[in-house]
This record gives sequence, structure tokens and C-alpha cells, in this order.
Amino acid sequence: MPVLLEVKNLKTYFKVYHGLVKAVDDISYHIKKKEIVGLVGESGCGKSVSQLSVLQLIPTPPGEIVAGQIIFEGQDLLQFEANGDEMRSIRGGGIAMVFQEPMTSLNPVLTIGRQLTEGLELHLGMDVNEARNRAIELLSMVGIPDADKRIDDYPHQFSGGMRQRVMIAMALSCNPKIIIADEPTTALDVTTQAQLLELMTDLVSRFNASLVIVTHNLGVIARYAQRLYVMYAGRIVESGTAKEIFGNPRHPYTIALLNCVPRLDEEEGRKLVPIEGMPPNLLNMPITCAFKPRCPYHIERCGQDPWPDLKLIEGQHYVRCYVET
Amino acid sequence: MKSPSRNGKIVEVDDLKMYFPVTRGLLRHKVADVKAVDGVSFHIKRGETLGLVGESGSGKTTVGRCIMRLYQPTSGHIIFEGQDISQLSEHQMRPLRSRMSLIFQDPYGSLDPRQSAGSIVGEPLKVFHLANSRQEYRERVEELFRIVGLDPSMMDRVPHEFSGGQRQRIGVARALASNASLLICDEPISALDVSIQAQIINLLEELQERLKRLTYLFIAHDLSVVRHISDRIAVMYLGRIVEVTDRKTLYENPLHPYTKSLLSAVPVADPFLEEKRKRIILKGEIPSPLTPPSGCNFHPRCPMAISKCKKEVPPLRDTGGGHEVSCIRV
Repeated sequence: MPVLLEVKNLKTYFKVYHGLVKAVDDISYHIKKKEIVGLVGESGCGKSVSQLSVLQLIPTPPGEIVAGQIIFEGQDLLQFEANGDEMRSIRGGGIAMVFQEPMTSLNPVLTIGRQLTEGLELHLGMDVNEARNRAIELLSMVGIPDADKRIDDYPHQFSGGMRQRVMIAMALSCNPKIIIADEPTTALDVTTQAQLLELMTDLVSRFNASLVIVTHNLGVIARYAQRLYVMYAGRIVESGTAKEIFGNPRHPYTIALLNCVPRLDEEEGRKLVPIEGMPPNLLNMPITCAFKPRCPYHIERCGQDPWPDLKLIEGQHYVRCYVET
Repeated sequence: MKSPSRNGKIVEVDDLKMYFPVTRGLLRHKVADVKAVDGVSFHIKRGETLGLVGESGSGKTTVGRCIMRLYQPTSGHIIFEGQDISQLSEHQMRPLRSRMSLIFQDPYGSLDPRQSAGSIVGEPLKVFHLANSRQEYRERVEELFRIVGLDPSMMDRVPHEFSGGQRQRIGVARALASNASLLICDEPISALDVSIQAQIINLLEELQERLKRLTYLFIAHDLSVVRHISDRIAVMYLGRIVEVTDRKTLYENPLHPYTKSLLSAVPVADPFLEEKRKRIILKGEIPSPLTPPSGCNFHPRCPMAISKCKKEVPPLRDTGGGHEVSCIRV
């Protein structure tokens, strides 16, 4: 499958009063057509910022995309003005986003219908009636009963799960090539979470789109993603297919992450191994490996040399570590 | 110490109902009830951990709060350490409150930002007059800090100087201060980072090993966490318990269709296993407890429902070995 989006050496920094926060520090990744890719990491590891950077939604100042290329359909998106027409047509039209908080990412004073039709009129040039009919169609596609009536409701009349369905409908409305789902189900119940992820992966394959799932939940990745990137402190520390990484995790952080979460199928009496210490403060980071203070395998070199490069293990499996785990 | 409870049971809940009135109009007359908890019975043995799982709106938090007597239950009995506390007055409850504590979900909102960590942890000692001198008070607070893995030299700091995991440790220390025998943990880790969650789970497990006879009611929506920490698990749906069993049976042989779908909804971090797993995706959402469905209130979403399910409320019955389930189709 051809590569649809390629991010090269992206750096997004935030200049704050106390110094420089390297939220995303030199990450490269790609997404192929019709692929489901996972981006895993804890809060504050830069996974959301890296996705917002793709759409140039970083508040500037304090944030700034310092370097890198974002190649989408042969064009470098970073060459476009953040507020320019080109970027506006890509947002929603080429790459759409489903945000984490369905409660706050919908406008409370506009009806669901108005919010859905806005994109249709803007990107696809539909007239009012066409857009409305399409919006109703989209709403019933994401499983909202009585879509023709509910379209005139306001967001507060929808439950959390329903609102997230509306967000999915909105993301799909303009036939984007890529949908970025940023923690799409974190605030929701497990049963709703399963419903929505099934719905999303199903629709994405029907629309021939690619899906990026940003999450901290390794289970969700194992169930749905074909490939994944593990992020820590603004860097990608391990990447590969889901089977390569879950079958043979190589970075100490990935290993630690797998050992610290309870699993439904675990053996009786299994002890969780917590990751010592705390997630790093990204302010004025040293150039050495940021996981070293919490790493049980670290060697002398880890505290002296800068971050190692990603090295190939096998197939598509890359890891950024000096230690042979 | 109060008299030991009957047959090693620290808590017995019998047909507990908690209805919240819905009022309307100027005179606030009652128009309906929200049946948050609708006839729940279970027990917790001393020294064990009972996990209570369910979706949001299933009433699991309300059950915890009723046991704490933060609510006056509509009907039913709560027997704590052999004493029926369901109708006790505020004044009569007071001395019992030292025997039970709560650990809250949000370690950011549940600690007073202007109080020092030491005084937060020490407050139960003052309230229940458990320290006879300043010296004793200080020693006890230091000891509590050590028990939960915090450095006593941090006693004078205020909550914002601690990380989320450390704050939750402060919450645990406060809960332990009054020598409580029952800790009600209401989603104690869901607000924490994944790498920190294990620290708190392990801390709770260690405390139970060290302080024998410490009992937990562990309320959470995350089945894998609940299964990890609990000895027995009760699954709630819309104000009722649908299944109670030990942790092993729950995963290996779940009986209630709701439990089955709940288990299948939780993804396991193993792509090889995930390929083979059967997924039961429930239709719709949990109904409003204001207008619960008739009969078995799970029937509109149940893949196994028959017409009889709409009419009868299935009782919770023992299928052997303490495995209780409320479903006529099982």
C-alpha cells in the first residue's frame, strides 16, 4: 500500500517562561493507505501534540513547529500558512480529527445539524438541503436512532457516547483520507468504548480511509491497530507491527508498560511491576535518554551519550535503545 | 474494638434500595424516583477484597456511599461489624466512622489545597481523639507516611507539590489513619497515569497483607483492574447486582450475558489472542434509572432475551459454590 502521510523529523517546541519544552522532538513516522496505526504513550509524552502539529493546530505562541516535513499527498503541509486556505481545506477535507472530549469539542449553542453541515457546505460545496440530507444520513450511519429528528438537538441532549458518535460522523463527513482519533474513548465506559471502536474501524474501512488511534491503552492497540509507535518524552522509542512489538517488546519502556497493567487473562497471583519514578518533566530535558532514570536495564553509556538512533531489529521493528534487552 | 461480626462477614447488605426523588415546580413536589440502587444484597468477608464493577450510572458509587452512610438509604439493611447501621442517626454513626474510610477517585480534588500533607493525614487522629499528645500525633503521622511509601520529611508540603501518585498515597494514608477496618476505594486509580496505577494497586495489596483484616470494597469500571485486585467480584447493572462470583470463575465461566459482554469489551494487550477472541458488542446504551425497563432491566440490550424477561425480575440465585447470578436464561 502506498504511503499516504509521511512525517519527517518533526520538532514542536513550546517556549514557556521557565525554558523550552520539547514536546515533540524529532519524530518520523508514516501512515499507509487503509492502515490502522496506533500511537501509544502516557500523558505528556507528546502524542497529541504530534497529531495537532500535522494539522497545524498548535497554539502559537507558545508552541512552534521548529523543524520537519509533513508530506501528505506529495505536498509538504508545513509550507502552508496555518490560517491559509490550503490548510483549511486539508483540515476535515483531507485529514480529520476526532477529539478526546466529546463534551467540550462540540459547540453547545449550535445544533448538531448546524455543526455537521458546516463542513459539508464549506468543503464539498453542498447547498443547505443537500447538506442536511447528507448529515442525517451520516448520523444514522454512526448509529444515532431517529437521526432526522435528533439532528435539530443540541449537544447537551446527547449522552457522552452519542456525542462521540456525532464527532465520528463529523470527521467522516467530508470523506477524509486520514482520521486521527485522539484518545477517542478514554472518557467512556468499556461497553461504549467497544461499540465506538468497532464502529470507527468499520466505517474507516468502508470509506477506504486510514485511522490513527492515539491512546495509552495497549489493549485497544492490540485489538485494532496493525502497526504502532510507542512514544516517550517526545520521541518514538519503538515502532513496528503490533505482532512484532507485543510478541517481542524490545524497548525497556515498552516492556515496563506491558508489565505494569493488569490483564484480563492474567495468571492468578501475578504481581504488577510498577515503573519506578515519574514521567519526565519535559522542561529543559537533558540530551541523554529520558527513560534512563526509570530504566532497570540502563548502562553507563545511557547517562553520557545522547539518545540513541532507532535501530532495526527485524522486518519493520525498530527500537531506540543502547541496551540489548 | 467492636464485637466481631457474624461468620466473618464485616459488611452485609440486604435488599438495599436508594431512591433519589425528582422534584418539580415551586413547591418541589416529588414527581418520580431515580432508582440508583434497587434491591442490592451482598456481603464482604473480613480481610477480603470485593470488587464492584459496572458502567457509569449502574449505582456502584451509590452503594459505597450508602455503606458509609453518606446517604440515608430508602430501605434495606446494612450490617457493619454486626450492627445494623442503616437507620442510625448522624450522632450514632460518628464513632463508627473511624472504622470505615473512603479513598476517592480524584487525588487532585479530594485533598484541601491549602492544608499541609501532614495535617491532611493527621486530621482523622484529631477528629477521633486517637493521639494523646503532640508527640504521639507526630509519630503516628510519620508512621502513616512511611506505611504508604512517602518520605515523612514531606509532611509540611501542600498537595500541589506532590505528583498524582503521591497525592493518592496521601489519600490512602488519611484513610488508614483512624485504623479503619473497611476501606471503600471508589475508582482510586482511574485518574492516574498508567505507569503510576500499578504503584497504587501494589500499595493497596501490600497494605492488606501487612495490616491483616483490612477489607476493601473496590469500586471501578475497569474489569482487568478489578479482577487483578479482588477476591470476589460483583457486577452491577442499572441499580442491581447481576452476578457475584470469585475472580477466577468470573473470567473462566461468566454466566450472565451482561458479564460476558463486559468481559468481551475489554481488549487484552495481545494481538495474537485478540485475533481469536469473540466480541459481543452490546446494542444501545445503559437506560436511564429514571425509567428503567420492566422485568430484567438488561433485556432491551440482551442477546439472549425472551418475552418472559420483560415481565419477571430475576432473583439473584446461587448456582453453586457461591456463584450467584440473576438471569432466568442461565
